[in-house]
Amino acid sequence: MIKIKGVYKSFGDLEVLKGIDLEVNRGEVISVIGGSGSGKSTLLYCINAIEKIQKGKIFVDDVDVHAKETNQDKLRQKLGMVFQQWNSFPHLTVLENAALAPQIVLKMSRDEAMEVAQKELKHVGLEDKFDVYPTRMSGGQQQRLAIARALAMKPNYMLFDEVTSALDPELVGEVLDTLRLLRDDGMTMITVTHEISFAREVSDKVAFFHEGVIEELGTPEQVLENPQQERTQQFLSKVLH
Amino acid sequence: MNSLFTPLSWNDTGFILTGILNTIYISVVAISIGTFLGVIVGFARVESNKYTNMLIGSFLDILRSVPLIIQLILFTTYIGVMGYPLNPFIAGSIVLSLYTMAFMSEVFRGGFESVHQSMRTASRSLGLTYWQTVRYIRLPIGIKVVFPSWLGVALSVIKDSALVSVIGYMELLRTSEQLISRTQQPLEILIGVGIFYFIISYPLSLYGKYVERQMTV
Repeated sequence: MIKIKGVYKSFGDLEVLKGIDLEVNRGEVISVIGGSGSGKSTLLYCINAIEKIQKGKIFVDDVDVHAKETNQDKLRQKLGMVFQQWNSFPHLTVLENAALAPQIVLKMSRDEAMEVAQKELKHVGLEDKFDVYPTRMSGGQQQRLAIARALAMKPNYMLFDEVTSALDPELVGEVLDTLRLLRDDGMTMITVTHEISFAREVSDKVAFFHEGVIEELGTPEQVLENPQQERTQQFLSKVLH
Repeated sequence: MNSLFTPLSWNDTGFILTGILNTIYISVVAISIGTFLGVIVGFARVESNKYTNMLIGSFLDILRSVPLIIQLILFTTYIGVMGYPLNPFIAGSIVLSLYTMAFMSEVFRGGFESVHQSMRTASRSLGLTYWQTVRYIRLPIGIKVVFPSWLGVALSVIKDSALVSVIGYMELLRTSEQLISRTQQPLEILIGVGIFYFIISYPLSLYGKYVERQMTV
């Protein structure tokens, strides 16, 4: 379970998160929507301890993420993250990309790591690309590789930061299909997304961010079909037309 | 015939070969040490703060801006005066290695800078530590991406190694100078030496261009 309690985060004078409370239970899919600059991506970075927070607490499986004594490298093994930019490792083949972290971080043998990597790559439909260098692949394929690479670490949670935003429109579908696959596997996910209809379809909860606070939180029906807050209504009327 | 000079003959082959081998020897030493130090210094420059960076930078600027021949003579002379006479090979290797390092560090700095923050973040998010990210992501990508520039510097070091002749190291140029003073056949010998440098450098530079075109990184 991920528990976020009263989190404040600022970059210099710029306050990005102003008191965020959110809970994500195992097996839940939460979509975070909102305008750019609303702090939704920053929240993912704070959950993963890539960014520090100024106030509040974040717990992942009861571990205080930002406590001094927490081993954040170890914590990140449980939190898979996929970014807007797919960041394939260009010097490694697709298979090596996915096998790297299990081998280095989990100290698996090379064969074991390759086996895990192959399994996850097959899962996302890249079984015919094992020996290809990722720069030879489309953005959609590279993004699926990024997902498989994260899954190979057997994370308890997956964080998706606008994973389809940098893709050509015709490639968005294959990546969203992969996310649907994960949801069906029962993966706990937080997805920051601009794909409203996708959020409506896959999410258990939707959180609408506005200027660093969660303006509205609820089921997709509540937040997307029947928003109570004026800000949410305005945002949705802009993105849905 | 009784002459002061003896013409070039097949007996000189061994002598010339020694010169060639010594040139290759000191070049390999300087390129290896220079590359090794260049990777470290280049990486340190990417990671260090503004002031440390300026300090390292100005030291490198000196190495790059003062002509190699002056560095060789100054170093050999003063290290001798200070009571540590070094043989020409050691002295030449030290100066040439540092000189190579000065250029290599800039090459590798560029390579390491090309590995963006987002790539490092992606690596860290997989659970790799800072040093694992350095070892498995940043160094290999950064080094691979600059291979053609590395080759360019290495080639110029092979040619610059001719300057080590001024401190008495018996590399190709110095052996040929000695042959010239004996045979008085400068044209043949210098053309021959020139061809040797060309034969080594040209295929390598073609190879560098080939690799550059093939690069996927």
